[in-house]
Amino acid sequence: MKIWVPMDAAARACGADAVATEIAAEAERRGIAVQIIRNGSRGMLWLEPLVEIETPAGRMAFGPMTPADVAGLFEAPDTHPNAQGLTEEIAFFKRQTRLTFARCGLIDPLDLDAYEAQGGLAGLRAALARDPEAVVDEIAASGLRGRGGAGFPTGIKWRTVLHAKATPKYIVCNADEGDSGSFADRMLMEGDPFCLIEGMTIAALATGATRGFVYIRSEYPDAIRQMRAAVEIATLAGVIGPSIMGHPQGFDLEIRVGAGAYVCGEETSLLNSLEGKRGVVRAKPPLPALEGFMGCPTVVNNVLSLAAVPWIMAHGAQAYHDIGVGRSRGTIPLQIAGNVRFGGLFETGFGITLGEIVTVIGGGTASGRPVKAVQVGGPLGAYHPVSDFGLPFCYEEFAGQGGLVGHAGLVVHDAGADMLGLARFAMQFCAVESCGKCTPCRIGAVRGVETLDRVAAGDASALPLLEDLCNTMKLGSLCALGGFTPYPVLSALRHFPEEFTPVQEAAE
Amino acid sequence: MFDAARLSEILHVHAGREGPLLPILHDVQAEFGHIPDAALDPIAGALRLSRAEVAGVVGFYHDFRAAPAGRHVIKLCRAEACQAMGGAGVQVRLEAALGQRLGETKNGVTLEAVYCLGLCANAPAAMVDDRLVGRLDGAAVDALVAEVSA
Repeated sequence: MKIWVPMDAAARACGADAVATEIAAEAERRGIAVQIIRNGSRGMLWLEPLVEIETPAGRMAFGPMTPADVAGLFEAPDTHPNAQGLTEEIAFFKRQTRLTFARCGLIDPLDLDAYEAQGGLAGLRAALARDPEAVVDEIAASGLRGRGGAGFPTGIKWRTVLHAKATPKYIVCNADEGDSGSFADRMLMEGDPFCLIEGMTIAALATGATRGFVYIRSEYPDAIRQMRAAVEIATLAGVIGPSIMGHPQGFDLEIRVGAGAYVCGEETSLLNSLEGKRGVVRAKPPLPALEGFMGCPTVVNNVLSLAAVPWIMAHGAQAYHDIGVGRSRGTIPLQIAGNVRFGGLFETGFGITLGEIVTVIGGGTASGRPVKAVQVGGPLGAYHPVSDFGLPFCYEEFAGQGGLVGHAGLVVHDAGADMLGLARFAMQFCAVESCGKCTPCRIGAVRGVETLDRVAAGDASALPLLEDLCNTMKLGSLCALGGFTPYPVLSALRHFPEEFTPVQEAAE
Repeated sequence: MFDAARLSEILHVHAGREGPLLPILHDVQAEFGHIPDAALDPIAGALRLSRAEVAGVVGFYHDFRAAPAGRHVIKLCRAEACQAMGGAGVQVRLEAALGQRLGETKNGVTLEAVYCLGLCANAPAAMVDDRLVGRLDGAAVDALVAEVSA
């Protein structure tokens, strides 16, 4: 009997380890031989811990499970109160286009043979059979853009590094996923770490890079452990190391751990941090592609960009480009979070509307109260009111509406949300996390908190000042931290102005 | 307690690494529970940096502690997704039960804020020592307080 119990951090945070222990104990009490596989998460996080049992019809899902629910699995699974039917028939799962996350939750994440049996390494083999220029062409033709939030075309970045004269060259994976509402990087690193390693190795072949780093935030201990184990396994198997699967080029990969600085998710600040410096932002140019880690040509890509690469190389650029709309091609792993009924990871082609994501897929709020606002793209993303629900999920469309796709995390807030409080939080967060390099961010964020406090105290004259300050931060900051903090602030102000105006005294 | 010989061993392990300062500081903190002031000069010497540069790096990152934390460390997520699910209420209950505010260490327990643990669909969330806890409600907070107070 095969039983899957996720080892994903979200599942563990909801008691998956205790459930796995209880399954083993119950099986022993009943004298039944079970094989418990600790898989990644299928992404239906409201059902975690989601236990799956192998049946002739397919894998049956049960969730959310507690140790007390385990005995029932061995008695009458079909009528178990937590039975969800076949995992892949659950509506949330079935309507996805899972390319990047195809294997996440399906297999033991550290089983390289299972990885290969499920299509793993096919992309790397395709890349090994071609010259670097052809690999770069393929990625460029796919239309893949940086999934970390900036949306810069991945192929163009790779081409710059390929043609850079200096050596050595580096591949740096940005796994400093600090945005609230985002957990796709974490899920992929925990649930399918070889996919990221394969994507980075393809990037190395495409650009001539011989060393790579994955910079993971320290708040992700499970992902760090999993990636370290996977790198060791891949190195022993000869996938990476002195030679990439027999190729003359080698690729050494190292896992590095951040130290709790949000700004290190910005690529130049991440590079400084990797070099052992304060995570201060660098002015661009020079581009990291030409002068990155240790002043050498460096590809810096987000986990999701790199993890999309193996599929593109295995199935061809056209197949990827066929999905999506406009200049947003391929799939985007949406992370639906906050006050939402069906929270989780939903990978789909670009173009789905915000309203469909929140109300149909997410099922509305967890509290049952009406949705008030949805923050898209992390702490630097705009708050979208329900009137924005027709907006298609695409880079340009969100930018046109004063927002951003970011890392595709969505945080739903219900009617109880305090928009002035959330705007103040955005400024406060920027003040705490500012690296201090540029004035608009370092000083502006502190003044922003003070100005919002004046607004809260009923001083209407502070509002024009706030708008002016936001404008300065937007145009004058060196990176997205100071430059985008105005997005949540101004969107809250624009869409919920009544919460920023002085309360009328009852006596008036 | 700070042990210069142990620090030398840590420095030796990282010799020759590209950009070794953060890995060294992580190891030093894992060993001593914080970054002892006495460690700054030897680290600076080994990496051919000024003491100010090492101190600047230690001070920049939230993770590095100037003094040891309590026996237990509770990191409560206060980011937006957890706020949307009643994180403020969890903070109030936790602070009241422990008799300390976020950022304080008392009776061997360090309580601090963290901004995102990646459990945003299972909010509110916290990390207790090395264990993650999601879907925090009143009962879960009470259980957590009982655990760290034992």
